[in-house]
This record gives sequence, structure tokens and C-alpha cells, in this order.
Amino acid sequence: MLLLSAVAKRFGGVLATDGVSLEVAAGEVHALIGPNGAGKTTLVNLISGGLAVDQGDILFEGRKVTHLSQHARVLSGLARSYQITSIFRSFSVLENLALAVQARSGTSFSFWRPVERERFLFEEASSIAAEVGLEEKEESLAATLAHGEQRALEVGLALATAPRLVLLDEPMAGMGPEESQRMVRLIERIRARVSVLLVEHDMDAVFRLADRISVLVNGRILATGKPEEIRANAEVRRAYLGDEVAA
Amino acid sequence: MKRLLFAATLFLAFPWAMDALGHGFYVSFASRLMIYAIAATSLNLVLGYGGMVSFGHAAFVGTGAYVASILLVEELTSAWLGWPLAIAAAALAAWVIGALSLRTRGVYFIMITLAFAQMAYYLVNSMKAYGGDEGLTLPRRAQLGLGLDTANETVFYYVVLALLALVLYLLHRLSRARFGRVIGAIRDNETRAEAVGIPVFRYKLACFVIAGAAAGLAGALLASHGRYVNPGVLHWTQSGTLMVMVILGGVGRLWGGVIGAFVLLGLEHLIADYPVAWIAALLPNYQQHSALGVGIVLLAIVLFAPQGIAGLLARNRNAAP
Repeated sequence: MLLLSAVAKRFGGVLATDGVSLEVAAGEVHALIGPNGAGKTTLVNLISGGLAVDQGDILFEGRKVTHLSQHARVLSGLARSYQITSIFRSFSVLENLALAVQARSGTSFSFWRPVERERFLFEEASSIAAEVGLEEKEESLAATLAHGEQRALEVGLALATAPRLVLLDEPMAGMGPEESQRMVRLIERIRARVSVLLVEHDMDAVFRLADRISVLVNGRILATGKPEEIRANAEVRRAYLGDEVAA
Repeated sequence: MKRLLFAATLFLAFPWAMDALGHGFYVSFASRLMIYAIAATSLNLVLGYGGMVSFGHAAFVGTGAYVASILLVEELTSAWLGWPLAIAAAALAAWVIGALSLRTRGVYFIMITLAFAQMAYYLVNSMKAYGGDEGLTLPRRAQLGLGLDTANETVFYYVVLALLALVLYLLHRLSRARFGRVIGAIRDNETRAEAVGIPVFRYKLACFVIAGAAAGLAGALLASHGRYVNPGVLHWTQSGTLMVMVILGGVGRLWGGVIGAFVLLGLEHLIADYPVAWIAALLPNYQQHSALGVGIVLLAIVLFAPQGIAGLLARNRNAAP
């Protein structure tokens, strides 16, 4: 599904991504964990096209996307959510999602016909709102939503692009236990139709959801494996997991 | 809807009323205001709807004005030729300037659009064949034919009114169509727009070009109206004036440009031509400093009505249905 080979990115003197090779298989939930500053978000930015790669290659579904623009990657089925909520704050929930549906349903060089007439945009948006648990909030302005609801919309925007692989950058950031549970259930529901690269600090969620886990430390992949392998890996425990899962 | 009917009636009856009252001068003055309303509305598309703070909009008004003027000087007097050409030339200028400057953001974008407009200003200044810094006096206004004599102030007024109405209606349609949604999304959150699969640059450029085209129309009308054009129409202070109109009237509001143009130019005219005794007693020669008065009004608007006058009116309507 997604294949990274020796991808590197340098910011001035800092090698933020240091020859990362990584594979996300079709139908898999692949978790990417690592300490703060390991370069997880940088890697997500490189894969999504928000940042340009210095070296190496990115293949998505066998096609080289290394130098493809971000919007082109999205349209080919590779979407992302942001760690720091990034939504259209002046749009309602439904308008947010309908815009994402619009982006993948033909050109928007249309100057005459009101968008409201395109029923299917809002019908699809509505079903995504229901999927992420915002069916009661469709008409609410995105800026007025509670934090957890904005996080749900964030993930909804990624799903509304109809991706085949979605990069979720800490979807549970700042969430309470109950909201986190809801997000875990959401990811469990969508995994049947979309592969997931999940960056997350919530280890309960990671070990519950992930088919495989990669550990990123100082811009390098330290280890990749099944959850139990990662849990047992002495190097990983020293570098990151520490006592948290050893206990 | 009621307000729209009221405005339409007012605009349609205005020349008749002014003639009846013997204030014929105001028909021509109103044409000028409406031309500025078209220019400010076009800037509002970029600035308000698209969120691109362009500080070089006068370049497009100027391009339209000069293309239309040069055609008139060269005895090509048909408006059906001159105005579309002015629009096309301004659109082309916007395409070139936009393609280069839209690669930057924020303050850099403001500065680079300003720089391009100043380049155009100095270019026109150096066109000795077409008046250079002295400008061009035009032999006549562009001709429409069809029995419409544009030299007649009332006819010209209705032509400008029709074009203003057309521009506003197109903006209204565009803002509700797919295109309007996309540029609204880009204004709100450009990064997210790109991340849901929108080719952001392409849509911003299209928005910039459409606005440039409408500004070109305003320029062509402005040249015909005064039968005179000079490089001042491209000066950066003109871009600033258009920006003030948009902010005053309402950023991203359909009527923002119209209200802003009317209030700003109307206020300048009022201050300069109608002395008020008690203000003159306090501030002698205050009429020579109309910009100060306008500045105070602008300050008040920005502080107390950040959505502009159009926003203020909409709020009152919502409060009292």
C-alpha cells in the first residue's frame, strides 16, 4: 500500500528524518510510536506531501508519489489528519465535510450553480458526520465545537476524501478517556475499508488497534514488528516504552 | 429583499430626482461612485472572499484605464471593443502578477503585489507617446451605439449602473457556487484546503484573475467617465483607497465594496464642499484635511464594526427580524 525507502529530510543542521524505510500493508493499522521530537509528524508531513522529501522515495499503491503535490496525493487516496486541529472554523460541520466531498467530485471551476443544489455532497457529508459521531452537530459552526468534537471533525475531514490510506497524527491528542474510547471504536470501524498509519502516544490504544508497530527514535526506525514483538524488544523499552508497558 | 428593492428604486430614480431638483452634477458624481464601487467590489473578491491581502489592485484598474484610453486616442471608439479589451488586458496582467506573487504569503504577498503595482505605475509614467506623467486627455467617451449616447450623463449613469448590478450579481452567484466555497475554504484554512485535495494555488490564481478583470472594467469606465487618465490611477495610494473602501464597507460582504466606495467618496465630498461652521470654528481650514475626517471614521469602523458597515447592517437586521 505505502512504501518508504530511505526517506530523509534535513532542517538546517538537524536530520529530522534519517533514512526511514517503512511499509504499510493494505488493510493494516500500522502504528508509529516514538518519543517527542523523534520526527513522527515530520514523517507524516513527508508522506502526505506537506513537506518536500530531500532523499529517498515514497510509493503509494505501487506508484511513485515522492514529488507529487499534496492535493494530488489526496485525490489518489492518501489523506491525513493533523495533530493540531486543522478544520474550516468558519464553516459548519456539514459544510466542512461537504467541501472535502466536493474536492474529490470533479472540478470546482463552477461559478453559477449554487452548491446547495448538489444534494449528494451534503448527503455524503451527513453520513460521514454520523460515522464520526457528529450527527447532532451538523449545523454547528466548527469553531464552536468542543475539543473532542473538533478532533472528530478533524478525522472526519480526512475520511471525507474517501482515502484508501489515512495518516492519523495523534487523533487522541488532548482527549479524555471516554473520547479516546470513541476514537478507538471509530478506527476499528473504518479499518475494514481503509488502511491506517496511526501516530499516537496513547499506548493502550496503540496496542489495541495496531497490526504492526514501528518505533521512530531520532528520525530512524528502531524496530518494526507485531505488538508483542515490540513490547518484548529490549532496545525499544530502553529508548521509549520504559516501564509503562513493562509493568 | 425589501432592502434590495429599495436600493434598486433609489438607484433607478436618482438621475430623474436630481434633474428635478436641479442638481444635475450629482448624476455624474454618482457614476463615479459606482465605478469605484465596481473597483472596490473586485478587490473585495480577492481580499474579502479569497483572503488574499493584495496591495496592488490599482495596477489592474490602471491597466484597464490605459488600454481603454489608448484605444480611444487611436480613434477606436467602440466600447464593445475597448471595454472587453481593457478587461482582457487587466486579466492578463493579474494572471502574470498573480502567478508570481501568489507563491508568497502574508506580508511578503502584500509587499510583492505593491512592488508589481509600482512597477506598472513607473512603466506608464514613462510612456511618453501616451502622455507620460501628464496623462492623456481623451477625445470622447467610448461609444456604445444602439442609440445610447454615452456623452449624456444620464445615459452613462445607467450604463454604469447596469454594469455594477451585473458585477454584483455575478459575485453573488460565484460566492454560492462551488468556486465560492473553495475560495472561502482557502481563506479559512489554506493548509487544510490543500489536505482535502484542493489545488489551492490554481483557485487562488483564478480568483485573482477574475478580480483583475473586473478591476479592468472599472478602469475603462473611469477613463471614459472623466475623459482623462493619468498615471495616478495606478499609484499605490489608489490601491490603499480601494482597500479602505473594502474595510469600511465590509470585508467579504457582497455590498461591502459598494457601501465602502459610497461612504468614503461621499464623506470626502461632504467634508470638502459643505463647510460646517462649528467645526471650522474649532479647526480652521479643516476642509483641506478631509483625509483626517475619513481617517477618524475608518478608525471608528475598525474598532466598533470590524465587519464593516455591511456587517453592521446585517447585524441589526438579525437583531430585529
